[in-house]
Amino acid sequence: MPGRHRRGKVWVNIFRGSTVAGIIALLILLVNITNGAFGYAVIQNETNPEELAVDGIEIKYLDKEKLTQVLRENVSNGLFRRLENDLPISERTRENVYGLIIEWVVQPQVAHQWTLAESIFQRSDIQRTAQDEYSGLELRFESWLDAQFITNPQSGDPVKAGVRTAILGSLWTILIAFLFSFPIGVGAAIYLEEYARQDRSINRVIQTNINNLAGVPSIIYGILGLAIFVRALEGFTSGMLFGIAEPTENGRTILSAGLTLGLLILPLIIINSQQAIKAVPDSLRQASFGLGATRWQTIRSHVLPSALPGILTGTILAISRAIGETAPLVVVGASTFIAVDPDGPFSKFTTLPIQIYQWTSRPQDVFRNIAAAAIIVLLILLLSMNAFAVILRNRYSKRI
Amino acid sequence: MIQTSPQAVIKMPEIIELVSSYTVPSEIGNDAEFAIETRELRVYYDDFLAVKDINLMIKPQKITAIIGSSGCGKSTVLRAFNRMNELVRTAKTSGEVIFNGVNIYEDSIDPVEVRRRIGMVFQKPNPFPKSIYENVAWGAKINGYQGRMDVLVEDSLKRAALWDEVKDKLEQSGLSLSGGQQQRLCIARTIAVEPEIILMDEPASALDPIATLRIEELMRDLAKEYTIIIVTHNMQQAARVSDYTAFFSLEEESRSGVLVEYGETQKIFTNPDNRVTEDYITGRFG
Repeated sequence: MPGRHRRGKVWVNIFRGSTVAGIIALLILLVNITNGAFGYAVIQNETNPEELAVDGIEIKYLDKEKLTQVLRENVSNGLFRRLENDLPISERTRENVYGLIIEWVVQPQVAHQWTLAESIFQRSDIQRTAQDEYSGLELRFESWLDAQFITNPQSGDPVKAGVRTAILGSLWTILIAFLFSFPIGVGAAIYLEEYARQDRSINRVIQTNINNLAGVPSIIYGILGLAIFVRALEGFTSGMLFGIAEPTENGRTILSAGLTLGLLILPLIIINSQQAIKAVPDSLRQASFGLGATRWQTIRSHVLPSALPGILTGTILAISRAIGETAPLVVVGASTFIAVDPDGPFSKFTTLPIQIYQWTSRPQDVFRNIAAAAIIVLLILLLSMNAFAVILRNRYSKRI
Repeated sequence: MIQTSPQAVIKMPEIIELVSSYTVPSEIGNDAEFAIETRELRVYYDDFLAVKDINLMIKPQKITAIIGSSGCGKSTVLRAFNRMNELVRTAKTSGEVIFNGVNIYEDSIDPVEVRRRIGMVFQKPNPFPKSIYENVAWGAKINGYQGRMDVLVEDSLKRAALWDEVKDKLEQSGLSLSGGQQQRLCIARTIAVEPEIILMDEPASALDPIATLRIEELMRDLAKEYTIIIVTHNMQQAARVSDYTAFFSLEEESRSGVLVEYGETQKIFTNPDNRVTEDYITGRFG
């Protein structure tokens, strides 16, 4: 008797240990990311903003006309003409002109940066180092993740670089992936669960293959997407068929990426939806048939409403996976550097994971910090989607 | 008077060698009008013959109880009456089930229509996860009911003896009711589509004695308008509630269910022709 209890306790401790190990791994991940996303940094400006002050007013407080004047005085004529070419100054806002001054005149550079842990625990050391080695430069606590980081487009300059292009790219691709795979996936699940005869071997083969497809490495979907959507259906995915794109455009667009991700999550959606449909008690179907309902009426009025929370949860989890996918998009041709917002399914694109991957492979240290900040953005996006799934599920379950 | 038509003769199951011959009791055979009848009904699950050569004639506006030990095919026969067996992929049916002069297993017959006219109440109360009102109205709605739905819902709930308990909370979920109320809701839902026959598969087995009693009273009421066939494990229930009783048993070698004896409940319970029936009823068997 005591021996049995002892053995039971050993197992309990093993299980508890596994849980703790998982939580520790998660915590380390979070700490690591946060560590990179915040911290002290020494900023070196090419031109001290104070020197640009006009009549003793700092440039922060100048109006557009004065700012334009400052800009004209401090950049070469060629550059000014180029900026004017991009967008005439008269059409630019005050903030835009101010941004140009910061970008081309002030040109802040990060001379050195510290991690969050260092910033907290070795503050005096940092201040001393900043004074000794970077005297005269501005030392400030930099949150790499700030409003500007979210709203700025991609840029070669880590101080100005943001994730707006990448967020929009990610949202566009998963929207297309969802629109493509949700109807097909749920339809296939309904067919396989409610109509297909399980005793037919062909249906068993189909089922097995769907299960296998869910386990196929994502890069293979990338190659498939490259062959089908980018190459074979180039006219469609580049938008040429619709007369939207120039004939020179290729199929490396949001549409191709979305369809590829859609293919990737299709088996997941089918399997998740099948599970949800399977979980609907048979007594409900029988009750419906017993009243003289047809199979479709039964599915439409009872099976689908009961299975919907499960289907939605499964779909959102599948989409969460799609958001984090990198490999297939690299193959399909995500742009690693693109500063223009995607404006439709036929735009070139980049996504958050691609952006993170690209930043972490840069030689400058400071890109690692903004990569960490981008990871936080990605995680927030994922967690809010999962939270949305939970809310949706609870809401629908309550109605029943 | 003994009816001589071949369909009316219940085939002697092989298991019973004690009785030399067995014919339908005259009072059943006399009336040519049956609500529904089976002829040589066989149901297979894959290769297994679950019930064998069932010939059963059900009198209209009466309650017929099907009794017998577990696994002898009572529910299978019941489900053969409205083609519910077809929902089990492996089930195959042969023989005929005659309803209003037609074999409902004919290719031209739509099982959906059969199930509308032959309703079913299940063992476990299974209201839809919808409001009480919707539970009753849904079946009528999908079957194209044209009249005033409120009237139909109220009428059905009244006939199921549930109206007084739920009239103030029709928009509440059907699942919020007690087990007995849920079962009466299921009965109301069935009546709402105006069937001719109501099949009940152990309708009270998941309920407490008081709820059971209410269901039985309700059945007696309903029998004034409907033909009711009930499968039950509860012998007292069969004796209390039914007019006719069919006793099923397992054939020993094939393990198939067969109809052993069928007649007036009074007779089956007091003076059965067959010793197997007697053993079962007196509790010496099963």
